[in-house]
Amino acid sequence: TVTVMAAAGSCSWFPPLALGVSLLKCLFINAYHSTDFEVHRNWLAITHSLPVSRWYHENSSVWTLDYPPLFAWFQWSLSHVAQHFDSNMLRVENLDYVSPGAVLFQRLSVVFTDGVFIYGATECCRCVQEPKEQRDVLSRPSFVLAVLLLWNFGLLVVDHLHFQYNGFLFGFLLLSLAKHLQHRHLQGALLFSILLNLKHIYLYMAPAYGVYLLRSYCFTQDHRDGSVRWSSFSPLRLLALGAIVTSVCALSFGPFVAMPALLSLWGGPRGPRAFLRVLLICSLGSFLFGWHVHEKAVLLAILPLSILAVQNREDAGTFLVLTTTGHYSLFPLLFTPAEFPIKVLLMLMFTIYSFTALRKLHSGPGRLLRPLEYAYLLGLNAVAITCEVALPLSPWQQTLPFLPLLVTSVYCSVGVCHSFLRLYVSLLRPEEKPKQL
Amino acid sequence: MQTWSLVSICVLLALVVRWGVSLNSYSGAGKPPMFGDYEAQRHWQEVTYNLPLQEWYFNTTENDLMYWGLDYPPLTAYHSLICAYVAKSINPEWVELHKSRGYESPKHKLFMRATVLVADLILFIPAVVLYCLYLTDGSSRKKVSTLFCFLLYPGLILIDYGHFQYNGVSLGLALWGVLALGLGWDALGSLAFCLALNYKQMELYHALPFFCYLLGKSVQLGLMGRGLFLLVRIASTVLGTFALCWLPFLSDPDHAMQVVRRIFPVARGLFEDKVANTWCSLNVLVKVRYILSSDSQIYLSLACTLLAVLPSCVRLLTKPTFWQFKLALANSSLAFFLFSYQVHEKSILLVALPVCLLLNDLPLVAIWFLHASTFRGLTACAGWFEAMWFTVALSKHDTEDMKHDASVSEGRSAGALRCDLAGLPVLQHLFTVSTGALFRGYLETGSLPQAAFLPPQTGPGLDREMEVLHQRRGHGGSELCDCRSGSSITSA
Repeated sequence: TVTVMAAAGSCSWFPPLALGVSLLKCLFINAYHSTDFEVHRNWLAITHSLPVSRWYHENSSVWTLDYPPLFAWFQWSLSHVAQHFDSNMLRVENLDYVSPGAVLFQRLSVVFTDGVFIYGATECCRCVQEPKEQRDVLSRPSFVLAVLLLWNFGLLVVDHLHFQYNGFLFGFLLLSLAKHLQHRHLQGALLFSILLNLKHIYLYMAPAYGVYLLRSYCFTQDHRDGSVRWSSFSPLRLLALGAIVTSVCALSFGPFVAMPALLSLWGGPRGPRAFLRVLLICSLGSFLFGWHVHEKAVLLAILPLSILAVQNREDAGTFLVLTTTGHYSLFPLLFTPAEFPIKVLLMLMFTIYSFTALRKLHSGPGRLLRPLEYAYLLGLNAVAITCEVALPLSPWQQTLPFLPLLVTSVYCSVGVCHSFLRLYVSLLRPEEKPKQL
Repeated sequence: MQTWSLVSICVLLALVVRWGVSLNSYSGAGKPPMFGDYEAQRHWQEVTYNLPLQEWYFNTTENDLMYWGLDYPPLTAYHSLICAYVAKSINPEWVELHKSRGYESPKHKLFMRATVLVADLILFIPAVVLYCLYLTDGSSRKKVSTLFCFLLYPGLILIDYGHFQYNGVSLGLALWGVLALGLGWDALGSLAFCLALNYKQMELYHALPFFCYLLGKSVQLGLMGRGLFLLVRIASTVLGTFALCWLPFLSDPDHAMQVVRRIFPVARGLFEDKVANTWCSLNVLVKVRYILSSDSQIYLSLACTLLAVLPSCVRLLTKPTFWQFKLALANSSLAFFLFSYQVHEKSILLVALPVCLLLNDLPLVAIWFLHASTFRGLTACAGWFEAMWFTVALSKHDTEDMKHDASVSEGRSAGALRCDLAGLPVLQHLFTVSTGALFRGYLETGSLPQAAFLPPQTGPGLDREMEVLHQRRGHGGSELCDCRSGSSITSA
């Protein structure tokens, strides 16, 4: 498939979108932050104050360093800036240390490292096929994708309220995907291996990467014997990657569930878009069946799906179901009353935008979603009112305090499973040409 | 994209930005004994709830006027009373007489911020939406970008949601008045404006244009026929509204006079604090405050204000069109701001509202003024010159000029996104709001915002368990292994 780059000079709308969301993030500096704040502060202290040999042994805090080494080096480099804000936060014994300087530094570091995410989003927008006729900006797929990525509700709420560095990490993922979409597989593989060494949750995606790269990159032609590969330089690195992939395959059920999808990827060279689909199935499958999964992991599926959603009608429908349910499932993460308006308003904003923009983008006969799916999503409103307002104010709050969480999880699981099945069906169906918009 | 979805996204973003600002510190946080405007509003709820109406504006043993005595007209008092009823039902400690002085807590802050948001949602925001959709011309894209800029004006957001005030109510009511006049509903417009006047006496800055416009319109319709009828209707609406608002205070003339004395404190002097108006700036070179007596100061400021306001009002009387009305609003409020007596720096908001109405017609001038009006230090010098230039620019502009400008600019940018109207100014608004919110806290509390740090909500028993659960769930780093039990990746 030939990817058409967006016309140069038409991207004057991108900087305001990026800058606007960055400024909005700054407004949340004093909002509620979770224990993840202390986690990262502790890692800043560990990497700054202790020698490298002690980093993974230090356990005076309960939040020990449990990300791969590259992330530890990332924290180490951040700590050099941190000492100018408040050097007390870099002392390992200062457990649960909070000061205005510490909060300001940590929040701003997330905002600044989101620059990687912005760069990744830029690259992905460039890979989106533009329609032939000149449309106004708001209706272009690249514009819609930029908004869906940069203003993603889940990332905003998890990174800038709850506190994490997902934007930074997803930036690497988006860059890697963009490189693969542009057929620059070496760069894509390098970026993915960097990402793996930053956070090992991305191992969920490793099967898709492994199979795709083995089949479409190592075998330069079909029906060729595998021995031809050994002469070139990159397959050695890819083989090492494949070795890691197979060794952790036994860990969770996710890759087993994704097996038919992986086989289909092996069945014939089907290009980067099929790879993206399988990647999504791996991520979502691991989310559904994996060990000790956190709700934030749903973002691993939502963000790459945005790229497919602006190009394909069927994927847009899946995106709307997955995103709305996945984002709503993040609500229990922000349980403080002060942040309640923020999560509701941001969720409404993103949902209204994604529905209207994708509907306009894929205007045509029929609707994007089936009536039952619409009814399910509308039912989310009732769930929200029940779990956020009615139940906490009712007498059951004392006797059944976990009921809201139960209702939220069970209701959202239906939507997520449904999206998983929709993705699988769309993959195993014979590949149709990407619809020309 | 459909207009309604763009409008709802604009409104939602405006609400998010407002609430984001309100997470920060408020005026006088943690600063006994006087605290700040936040405590003043809370105190008024206490006074209006616990004391009978006759004592609200008087210095009694129960009501110490030196500690944030009521100095706004009755409608503010009624609003405080309504809020007090809600406060009492949530937590009576918030409005307990005497004992609740200086009361501060995260829940109370949430409640107070919520009252500002609710008031905005009911009054200010719908007025802005209706104005931008029905009283501005251009494509729907242009209207939405005007709405975007109007709703994100930093000055109002920072003062209402940062410092803490209820300017959105009075400005919202005034805007409803402008809206009604624009749609030709004169009696309703005067009703809305009278309500605004009875909420904050500073709305007098806008009173002359309203008066001249309605008078001019009546004259145009003919004083012997429909004009007289209109005049009588408006006069009776105004008198009726005032009577209704002041009814409880009219039984005793002394009482009414005391209220007037509270809301117009003439004894305070020509200016207080550093304000970007003429007298403050002039005082740097010529010590006006010491050269002239207090009475002469009043007469001087009155004369200068009237002189500045006269041209636009006379013009409005002779040619009562909506465009002239908007210009006169801007001109009059600016003249009052520059030359009036005892001007407070927050009065710049009264100028900002008419300027926002002109966003669609004079975008460059309007945006520049709105920026200058937001920055505290900058307004001291640049604001004055900017304001004079703006006033001159207003007087030169005529309807025909405006139409010509609009058609030229439309032709140039046909089909493209109006980034010049929406993109850059909105970004600058957002930048101002976010840095303003941060540094306002610094200016209020003397250090980076401390009072705003809320520890995770904890409580005894089950709450504690929930807290621990959320703490455990908060850290999702160990997706592939249970870090507490120490099991490694390879053991399944």
